[in-house]
Amino acid sequence: MKPFAIDRTNGLCAALFIFFGAFFALQSLSLEIGTALRMGPGYFPLVLAIVLILLGAIILVQAIRVEGEPIGSMAWRGMLFILPAPIFFGLTVRGLGFVPSIFLTALIAAFASGRMKPLTALVLSAGLTLFSVLVFSYALGLPFQRFGPWLPSWLAL
Amino acid sequence: MDLLNNLALGFSTASTPANLGFCLIGVLLGTLIGVLPGIGATATIAMLLPITFQIGDPVSSLIMLAGIYYGAQYGGSTTAILINMPGESSSAVTAIDGYQMARQGRAGAALAIAAIGSFFAGTVSTFLVAVFAPPLTAIALRFGAAEYFSLMIVGLVSSIALAHGSIVKALAMVVLGLLLGIVGTDIYTGAPRFTLGIREYADGLNFVAVAVGVFGVAEILRNLENEHERSVLISKVSGLMPTRNDFMRMAAPIVRGTIIGSALGILPGGGAVLAAFASYTVEKRVSKTPQEFGKGAIAGVAGPESANNAGAQTSFIPMLTLGIPANPVMALMIGAMIIQGIVPGPNVATEQPALFWGIIASMWIGNLMLIILNLPLIGLWVKLLTIPYYVLFPIIMAFCSIGVYSVNTNAFDLYAVAFFGLIGYVLTKLRCEPAPLLLGFVLGPLLEENLRRAMILSRGDPSAFVTRPISAGLLLVALAVLVIVFVPSVKKKREEVFVEES
Repeated sequence: MKPFAIDRTNGLCAALFIFFGAFFALQSLSLEIGTALRMGPGYFPLVLAIVLILLGAIILVQAIRVEGEPIGSMAWRGMLFILPAPIFFGLTVRGLGFVPSIFLTALIAAFASGRMKPLTALVLSAGLTLFSVLVFSYALGLPFQRFGPWLPSWLAL
Repeated sequence: MDLLNNLALGFSTASTPANLGFCLIGVLLGTLIGVLPGIGATATIAMLLPITFQIGDPVSSLIMLAGIYYGAQYGGSTTAILINMPGESSSAVTAIDGYQMARQGRAGAALAIAAIGSFFAGTVSTFLVAVFAPPLTAIALRFGAAEYFSLMIVGLVSSIALAHGSIVKALAMVVLGLLLGIVGTDIYTGAPRFTLGIREYADGLNFVAVAVGVFGVAEILRNLENEHERSVLISKVSGLMPTRNDFMRMAAPIVRGTIIGSALGILPGGGAVLAAFASYTVEKRVSKTPQEFGKGAIAGVAGPESANNAGAQTSFIPMLTLGIPANPVMALMIGAMIIQGIVPGPNVATEQPALFWGIIASMWIGNLMLIILNLPLIGLWVKLLTIPYYVLFPIIMAFCSIGVYSVNTNAFDLYAVAFFGLIGYVLTKLRCEPAPLLLGFVLGPLLEENLRRAMILSRGDPSAFVTRPISAGLLLVALAVLVIVFVPSVKKKREEVFVEES
C-alpha cells in the first residue's frame, strides 16, 4: 500500500478553486435562481460556481495521483510592503491629501526590496512626489486635493 | 465615389493644423504614460481623459483621444517587451515572445517589429474600415444574442489553448474570471451580487484594478522573489533595427495578423484581445519552427502586434455604428462621446460625417506619427531599463495607485488592486496563468447578458445556439479547439513545448 501523499502545489490550487466556487455558490443561493427561460441573477453564477468546484475536484484528484513541481520561495517581504501600498493610498488620499499620501505610499513600497537603503527611499519618494504633483495634479489637472483636511490648514496651498 | 469623398472629408477634417497638433499631443502623451510599466492603455486613457474635455470641439477632442489610444497601446507593447509587464490583456500575447527576445538582447528589434507591424496593420485596417464600414455594419447588426454568446465562447476557449500548463487549471481560471466579472449589480433585476454588502462594488470590480493587480502587482512580487537575477538582463540592449532576415520572417505574420485582427476587431465583445490571441495561435500552428514560440519567435511578436492594432482600429466600427464597446477602451471612448454630447449609435455616420470620417482618417495619421516618433525615440524608452528594479517598482506602485484611483476616484478600487495582486501572485505560484482569468473577467457580464437574452428569445430552448447557423458554426470552432488541445498527441506536444519554455 502506497502512503497517502498529496502534491502541495496542486492541492493548494484545488483548495483555492473549491473555496472560490463554494463562496460564489453559497452567495448565488441567496439570490433568485429563476428558470432556464427566465434566468434570475443567481442562475448563471451558480452554474459557473458548480463548474469551478468540479474543476477544483479534478485538480485535487490529480494532486493525489501525480507529484507536481514544488511551489518555490515566496516573496514574503514583497507582499508585506507592496500590497499595503495601494491600500494606504486609498485610505489616506482624501484625508491627508495627494502630496503626503503619494509620498508615504512610495516610501512603503520602497521597503519591499532588501536592497533599498533608507536614504535612497526618502530621496526617491520625494522626487516621485514632486513629479507626480507636477504631472498629474498641475499638468493633467486630476481633481486631487493636494493637502487634505487631516492636516493643519496653513499647509493647504 | 462615396469612399473617396468620405475619405477626403475625413482627411480634410483630421489634417487641420489644430487637429494634427491634438493628434500629436495625444500620441506623445499616450506613449509617455503608456510606457510607464504596469500602466496599460485603459489606465493611460482614463488618466488623460480629463484633458481632452478641456478642448471645446468634440472632433478634436476625440481625435486626441484616439491618438492617446494608439500611443498608449504602443507604450503598452513596449513595457510588455522590455519588462514582461503588459498593461493590457491584448499586449499580454506580445509579452510572451517579445520579452524572450528582450532577454536575448534583441529588445530593439522586437520594438521595431512591433512598430512596423502596427503601422502596416494600421494602414490596411484604416482603409478596410473606410471600405467596409457600411456593409460590415449590416452583418454585425444581424448578430443576435446567441451569436454573441457563441462568439465569446470561441474567445474563451482559445485563451485556454494558449495558456501554459494544465488545461484544467486554465479552464478553472476562465470560470473564476467569469465569476469575478459578474460581481456587481444584476442588469435585469438590479440585485447586488457578490458585493459583500460594499456599495462601492455595485458597479462591478474595476477592470483596471483587476488588470493592474493580476498582471502588474503580481509581477512585481514575482520579481522580488529573486532580485539578483533581475538586473542581469538589462544591460544588453542594442541593435534597434531588425535585420534583413527579420524582415523576411515578419512579413507573412504581419499580413496574417492584419487580416485576423481586422476580421475579429469588428465583432463586439472580442476585439483586439481576441485578435492577438488568435493570431498567436495561428502563427504557432503555421510556423515551421513552432518550438521557437515562447522563446523569442519573431512571428510571435509581429503577428499579434499587427492583429492587435488592426483589431483596435476596426473595433471602432461597432463602437461608432452600434454604440457597443468592444473593449474597456471603447467603453471610455463612448463615455467621452456622451460627455461631448454625441450619442453613439447608427446615426453618428450619417448625422456627423465629419466626426465619423475624421476619426477614421486620424487613425492613420496617428499611426504614421507613432512610427515617425517612436522609432527614433526607442532609445529613450530603452533607457528606462537601465534604472535598477528596486528603484522602478516603488514608482510603478505609486503610478498604479494614482492611475487606478483616477479612473473612478474610488478608494475601493485600490483595495481591489491589493486583493487581486495577492490572488494573482498566489495563483501564479500555483502554476495558473492569469491571462484566461482576465479574458473571463472582461467577457463575464457580456456572456451572461447574451445567454439570458438568447434564452428569453428562444423561449427557454437551448437548441437555439446550435440551430442558428452562425452561432452553430462558432460553437463548432470552439469545440474543435477544445478537442484538439485534449487529443493525446497534441496534449503531449503542447506540454513539452510549455515545459521547455519555463
